[in-house]
Amino acid sequence: MNLTLKVWRQKNADAKGAFVTYKAEGISPDMSFLEMLDVVNESLILKGDDPIHFDHDCREGICGMCSLYINGRPHGPKRAITTCQLHMRSFGDGETITIEPWRAGAFPVIKDLATDRSAFDRIQQAGGFISVNTGGVPDANVIPIPKVIADEAFNSATCIGCGACVAACKNASAMLFVSAKVSQLGMLPQGQPERYSRVQAMVAQMDEEGFGNCTNTRACEAECPKEITLTNIARMNNDFFSAKLFREEHAHEHASGE
Amino acid sequence: MTLEAKIPEGPLAEKWSKHKFNLKLVNPANKRKYDIIVVGTGLAGASAAASLAELGYNVKAFCFQDSPRRAHSIAAQGGINAAKNYQNDGDSVYRLFYDTIKGGDYRAREGNVYRLAEVSVNIIDQCVAQGVPFAREYGGLLDNRSFGGSQVSRTFYARGQTGQQLLLGAYSALNRQIHLGKVKMYTRTEMLDVVTIDGQAKGIVTRNLITGSIDTHSGHAVLLCTGGYGNVFYLSTNAAGSNVTAAWRAHKRGAFFANPCYTQIHPTCIPVTGDHQSKLTLMSESLRNDGRVWAPKSVEIAERLRKKEITADQVAEDDRDYFLERKYPSFGNLVPRDVASRNAKEMVDDGRGVGGSGFAVFLDFADAIHRLGKDAVAAKYGNLFDMYYQITDEDPYKQPMRIYPAVHYTMGGLWVDYNLSTNVPGLYALGECNFSDHGANRLGASALMQGLADGYFVIPYTLGDYLATIGPKPVDANHPAFAQTKQDVMARINSLLALKGTKTVNEYHRDLGHIMWEYCGMARTEEGLAKAKGLIHELRADFWKNALVVGENEEVNPALEKAGRVADFLELGELMVDDALMRRESCGGHFRLESQTPEGEALRDDDNFAFVAAWEYKGDNQPEVLNKEMLDFEFVHLTQRSYK
Amino acid sequence: MSEFKQTFNSSLGKKLIMALTGLFLCTFLIVHLGGNLLLFSDDEGYGFNVYANFLTHFPPIEVVAYLLYLAILVHSIYALVLTVQNRRARPVGYAAPNRSPASWSSKNMGLLGSILLLFIVIHMSDFWYAYKYSHKIGYKEYRTDLATDKTTSVDYVPASPTFEKSVSTENNVEIVRVKDLHARVAGSFSNLLYVIFYVIAMGAVSFHMLHGFQSSFRTLGWVHRKYTPVVCFIGTWLFAVIIPLGFAAMPVVYYIQSLR
Repeated sequence: MNLTLKVWRQKNADAKGAFVTYKAEGISPDMSFLEMLDVVNESLILKGDDPIHFDHDCREGICGMCSLYINGRPHGPKRAITTCQLHMRSFGDGETITIEPWRAGAFPVIKDLATDRSAFDRIQQAGGFISVNTGGVPDANVIPIPKVIADEAFNSATCIGCGACVAACKNASAMLFVSAKVSQLGMLPQGQPERYSRVQAMVAQMDEEGFGNCTNTRACEAECPKEITLTNIARMNNDFFSAKLFREEHAHEHASGE
Repeated sequence: MTLEAKIPEGPLAEKWSKHKFNLKLVNPANKRKYDIIVVGTGLAGASAAASLAELGYNVKAFCFQDSPRRAHSIAAQGGINAAKNYQNDGDSVYRLFYDTIKGGDYRAREGNVYRLAEVSVNIIDQCVAQGVPFAREYGGLLDNRSFGGSQVSRTFYARGQTGQQLLLGAYSALNRQIHLGKVKMYTRTEMLDVVTIDGQAKGIVTRNLITGSIDTHSGHAVLLCTGGYGNVFYLSTNAAGSNVTAAWRAHKRGAFFANPCYTQIHPTCIPVTGDHQSKLTLMSESLRNDGRVWAPKSVEIAERLRKKEITADQVAEDDRDYFLERKYPSFGNLVPRDVASRNAKEMVDDGRGVGGSGFAVFLDFADAIHRLGKDAVAAKYGNLFDMYYQITDEDPYKQPMRIYPAVHYTMGGLWVDYNLSTNVPGLYALGECNFSDHGANRLGASALMQGLADGYFVIPYTLGDYLATIGPKPVDANHPAFAQTKQDVMARINSLLALKGTKTVNEYHRDLGHIMWEYCGMARTEEGLAKAKGLIHELRADFWKNALVVGENEEVNPALEKAGRVADFLELGELMVDDALMRRESCGGHFRLESQTPEGEALRDDDNFAFVAAWEYKGDNQPEVLNKEMLDFEFVHLTQRSYK
Repeated sequence: MSEFKQTFNSSLGKKLIMALTGLFLCTFLIVHLGGNLLLFSDDEGYGFNVYANFLTHFPPIEVVAYLLYLAILVHSIYALVLTVQNRRARPVGYAAPNRSPASWSSKNMGLLGSILLLFIVIHMSDFWYAYKYSHKIGYKEYRTDLATDKTTSVDYVPASPTFEKSVSTENNVEIVRVKDLHARVAGSFSNLLYVIFYVIAMGAVSFHMLHGFQSSFRTLGWVHRKYTPVVCFIGTWLFAVIIPLGFAAMPVVYYIQSLR
């Protein structure tokens, strides 16, 4: 296959970027999209040019590092896969492919197609955990968890933190990502003690990072490589409003002398 | 030099408890006076960093990925073993210990392995408390499945992504400590050297992968949790970024490298399609619970399959050879990985391989789909089937999967004692980065167990002993050793950037991979290994003359990163070949054609090779020196491994 | 109080306000349609005119009306604030047009809302403002023979321009004098451009509701495997089909009648 690539090139975070056109020739339909870029990069290196920089690591669809906006869709045209799992047989010979980085104020470009997604880490650090120290925990089978709850929590937990939801959202909202973590821990019995403080802390951090708001367009759900559902967002909203409007966050003061 | 493994005396079951009691403690008020450096944030690194921070130490954690959550532990699919005996099928700590020692072909330490089995139960408790969503039964209790090399169901799992769920658990514990200010996290930062002062590890040198800034970090101890070196084979199931650099740099600063030739070739991976391929994808071992491995009985049928004249379902039942079930009736398809891999290779060598290239055998689910129904199979393995379909464009619900072995894990690594300390005081190695628990072959679902055991339940105890010994005096960050090591790192980077030849670094990597796979892969011979040694030597010399590295240091430069890693692989590759040459026996993943039983199984030579080979670096282009740590087996009886 | 301020200043809080005001406006649509169906009764505008008078003179409804105006205002202002914020969240846009599957209405709520706001302004100045604060609207006198229940109507010119409504009974005939909004409606709806504008606006209502109704439930966090389909059904059939059709039928029917 021969293809024309329109690739966003940007030297660093401060530089101005632009599209550069490359030819990708002799591409096998069995190549993954990233392998196709590898081939292009090899030829660029041999010419002494700067290769196209993109984030990638595991190349089996689980680390969440790869992140390309291909022809107007995060992770390309196929459903429920990451860019590294996208194969060239999904494209036609002679096609022109436009490749852009994730676009969001909270995801500044580092170089070319790679962006800084540390905002996601900071949201998790704000409260995406259960406060237990190593050791001193009860036996794993002490808390029975209904299978449906365990399965739902697992579904939410499959998020790989790639940021496709933000990239797909017309508002660059991170609600799907944040809500998946909030849901996972909010549904499980282990997560109950911090359920309402967690959701508030994570939403506050999400707002601080400058992500947009949720309009429930479902683009995030459609593009999520792990098929995280929009239901998570509703769960988070419910917990958030419940926390903000109805939960007592501090114990009542003890009457003196008691 | 004598290697002191420091395994405590006494009965197996009491060793660890006794040892824990004898270890010195650091008082809580003093803990905050210690700085600990943790390199790598996979299962071992994240769990160690979080647990040590919880105790009160100041931790600095480093990873080259953009987030600690992306370490390659995330890709583990099948599960994690623990001797919980929730299934009432006769499991126990001793049985897990025994299975692991036997699975490792009697090349691991009894003491270490017993401890691993002992703490395995705590790991599951810990993970559940963190909110890891393990699979459950309808009654709400945890579910198990079976894995290769054992006859009990002791594997806990979270559908096909147990690794991600466990890592996210450790990552959340790490996040909590980052939030509390006890861990300072450095992402997109690669460790390039260890700083030693008076023979003790006191810090590291790193490169910021965005700005190129070379920095030094000081600490009372350095923990390497940097994973394995499977990428020396170029094609492996490892992540593109997985590399040996941190461990190799430590090795060159004095840490011994143990059993480098022990590599695990995983039997069920998606076969290679062409030269463009950058990575091999694993299909979880759990598939062998329900999938049946077969090859055609005759070369003629295989030939017709290869030419696509017929499809797999047109091969009559009588013309199929379910070779694992035939040869190993009691373990069947669930034999250990090394055995399954070798048998698949045998089929291919016999001309009975399938697929376009002939380098594949079938993993067939027709029986399971017939017995359980498509939906039940989809519920168990749906995501793996989808992944297979994405990559191969073939539907495994209709046609059997084509599978072939691929490099997956490295049992070898930095030599450590019972405390996980390398022979360089203050330098520790955890998880796949060390060599300690799997012997010559790792059983499925044991890597996650070991990484978390090291990080959650071993290092928090053993590190304290060393720290109490050296005392809380701050490390002198202005010591000339820091500046000197930084200088060395910069010199090396400059020499890499000066390479303006004609061949890309990736091509060297691919060439090295071909050599390693051909001569130091599933079957090794004296002659082949000797040849490989020469080839690697030449390739390395050529690399330093002819390689092409573009760009500069002060920018995002993956070409430079890769060049440094491949340069280290080129040195490691030679050591692996040396080790394989030295070990004139077969054991586990190390199969020397010269040493096999009449049935073609790995034949050990316990009289001459029941030792850990710990290699000592002696300077550039100097042969490494072999140090032997003899393995004493007090509790298990060494026998020929049999899974019949 | 700062706790509440914090809540409503958060991204979720702002969306909560959008959802609550939106749902309140939805309930108004039902009431408004119900009342306006009187336009279809063949009574020379009697029912409709009495209803219009009731709406503008019954104190509790007055209060609700002001709440309604407030809701429209708040809904619009927050929409604007959120839109600005969302634009800021993606300072550099994509070159390739977004092809992610998402419904057209969900991606164009701002456009639809703007059309609706324009419509509301025109609609209210033409009817509500004219009715309440101008003297452009004439009066009608309905005489109902209580024995036969037959009603006849004639134009009426009151003595004072501030006259609103009177009801009296003479010789078993009920005389109701009231502002003739019906005539104004009939007049407006005989203008083709006006009718087209109304129909377009109702199309906007339809698409706005198609996404907005169920979306507001999601924003509130009320999603349930059993009830969400019901919400979607109501949102689609009642709010996006029946109500806009009902409203759009009025100008269309009146226009067709005006052609005769």
